[in-house]
Amino acid sequence: MRINGAEILMNCLIEQGVDTIFGYPGASVLAVYDTLLDFPVRHILTAHEQGACFAAEGYSRASGKVGVVLTTSGPGATNLVTGIADAYMDSIPLVAITGNVSLDNLGHDCFQEIDIFGMTLPIVKYSYIVKSAKELAHTVREAFRIAQSGRKGPVLIDIPTNIFNEISEYELIAPEPILPKLIDTTDLVKIATLINSSERPLIYAGGGVIASGATEQVKALSTKISAHVAVSFMGIGAVPSSFKNYIGVASNRTTAPTTALKECDLLICLGTRFNSRTESNNKLLTKRKLPIVHIDIDNAEIDKNIPTTRAIVGDVILAIEELLPRLNGNANEEWLARDFGEKPIKNRAVDILNSLSKKVDKQTIIVTDVGLHQLWTALTYPVETPRSFLTSGGLGVMGFGLGAAIGAALASGKRVILVTGDGSFNMNLNELATAVKNKLGIMILVMNNSSLGMIRQIQQENFSRRYSQSTLYLKTDYVAFAKSFGADAYSIEQSDDIDKILDMALRHKTPVVIDCKIPINDK
Amino acid sequence: METEKRIISILVKNQPGVLSRISGLFSRRGYNIDSLSVCATEDDRYSRMTITVTGTKATVKQIISQVEKQEDVEKVLDFDEYAVVFRELLLIKVNVKSSERSQIVDLCEIFKAKAIDICEETMILELTGSTQKIDAFIKILIPYTIIEMARTGGAALERG
Ligand SMILES: Cc1ncc(C[n+]2csc(CCOP(=O)(O)OP(=O)(O)O)c2C)c(N)n1
Ligand SMILES: [Mg+2]
Repeated sequence: MRINGAEILMNCLIEQGVDTIFGYPGASVLAVYDTLLDFPVRHILTAHEQGACFAAEGYSRASGKVGVVLTTSGPGATNLVTGIADAYMDSIPLVAITGNVSLDNLGHDCFQEIDIFGMTLPIVKYSYIVKSAKELAHTVREAFRIAQSGRKGPVLIDIPTNIFNEISEYELIAPEPILPKLIDTTDLVKIATLINSSERPLIYAGGGVIASGATEQVKALSTKISAHVAVSFMGIGAVPSSFKNYIGVASNRTTAPTTALKECDLLICLGTRFNSRTESNNKLLTKRKLPIVHIDIDNAEIDKNIPTTRAIVGDVILAIEELLPRLNGNANEEWLARDFGEKPIKNRAVDILNSLSKKVDKQTIIVTDVGLHQLWTALTYPVETPRSFLTSGGLGVMGFGLGAAIGAALASGKRVILVTGDGSFNMNLNELATAVKNKLGIMILVMNNSSLGMIRQIQQENFSRRYSQSTLYLKTDYVAFAKSFGADAYSIEQSDDIDKILDMALRHKTPVVIDCKIPINDK
Repeated sequence: METEKRIISILVKNQPGVLSRISGLFSRRGYNIDSLSVCATEDDRYSRMTITVTGTKATVKQIISQVEKQEDVEKVLDFDEYAVVFRELLLIKVNVKSSERSQIVDLCEIFKAKAIDICEETMILELTGSTQKIDAFIKILIPYTIIEMARTGGAALERG
């Protein structure tokens, strides 16, 4: 059939199974917004394009589907940059669609013309400038395939506004399923031998396990070879925290995974890239000359940060399924019984999270912002299922939380808990309006420690307690603020309030903000 | 750590932005490029980028896998200097008095260079060859005052 570019775009989104998109209108995309009215796609209008991009990411992180964000040219497009970078760092499948000035105006520095293609080159998996309506359908299909295949990531499609009105031929093509792949299994037998001769194996699972959906396979591997399992920040939820061989999140703050790293005789890394946040562990690895097996979908991650002994390039599920029949299954009760004795983190925020975790469903999605509250949540909250702990791991971007929580709530249709800080919340609290308008069951815990706590802590330790620009003591009344946005709100002033306030707040099925007063020196 | 010089030949799809995408990858990951050239191929859907880099074994491996995973990259070939025919082109303008012309002609003879423009005070010479050969030729011409020069990156093809 012959239809215009805007209709081709909408038809292609439907083809790909897209039911929700996030965005913000502007002159260059008005033809799309007009067409949107006739298509069964839910559009969530946020307060800011950055919020829309984080929401699309949260939607994707919670569901595994591609997040879609749509904005206008110029400022609409530049407001996406941080979100695209976040998706790139955490390998989140995202398709960002931007309008631009018309093709014949491109390059003339027109009103709201920005080279978003050039600007995002280093932070996208791939990108396009569409030059005619004829190539639009193919471009959208390819963008979705690239975003989801191999190592997932963001793809940008920049569309000059005249393309939306141009007529071209369109026929529906159902997307081909994207099948997981094994790319290089040369080392398979040697890896089996390494594992079979190991007495104290340790598995280190990252975000790749969640992206692949390999929870059951990792548990089976761990059980068969008697391996403890530690996870990275991005790997939280890869195996349930209640899994018998789970020992916690590797970080500079936790001790159990580090001790296990010192004692194991083989490290098996699954879908992880040894980022610099676990630098002390990385140094330990290099020093110990431990045999390391690395399984990852991205060949470029092998030997990038840590030289490995043997590697498989490919999907984690397939790789483990190839390995399992070649493994003897060494039972080592003594190694498994080894208790690495984690030193618990104790403070009021953790008390609140403990209390909350007992009151809500085990699958409840937890979203964090960035700072101390993020560490506290990541390191103490008992996460039981993949895709139920969402955090900005690689970019570590404050302000991620509320947008991501909105996306996650829309994807899951269930209650979402956002743990944020007074600094992070202030970055994007405008999106509370979006949450209220869409009646989303988001509970927002503002861990209000009157400071940019993480920064303050670094200044305490490394800058002789010279607190420069890290103390807030804002006069903001978060309860009054939240109510003025149409949300419900409470505050926890002292430890005795915790249970009572949480119970009251949990009765709400719509956004509720809890201002949690946290002592400034809590660590 | 020991570094080595590698010639990386990358067959890329002729897509908008492909050159920035690949060369940007080198600069932002801190890889040093000694030379880079781009040329057409026998198939007009593709171009060939020839990049020479110096780095440790690990860096070169990392460079290649980073390049390989780019959507626009069709094929990456990694050559050491012996497995390929590798040539650069040099155009060089030198200040030559008429009394010195014969010396220059002798040099051209030895290097198999060509004089392609001769004026009263200057000559333009053309030379193709390996990086080393071109370096050596330039060095020899320094005493004659080099006015300006243009030098291409390399073009490489696998032997055999
Ligand atoms: C967008 C952005 N700007 C700056 C930073 C640097 N930064 C990291 S943590 C932090 C403080 C966060 O404060 P808050 O949200 O109150 O969390 P807290 O550490 O107090 O729990 C800052 C400024 C960042 N991560 N992201
Ligand atoms: Mg704070």
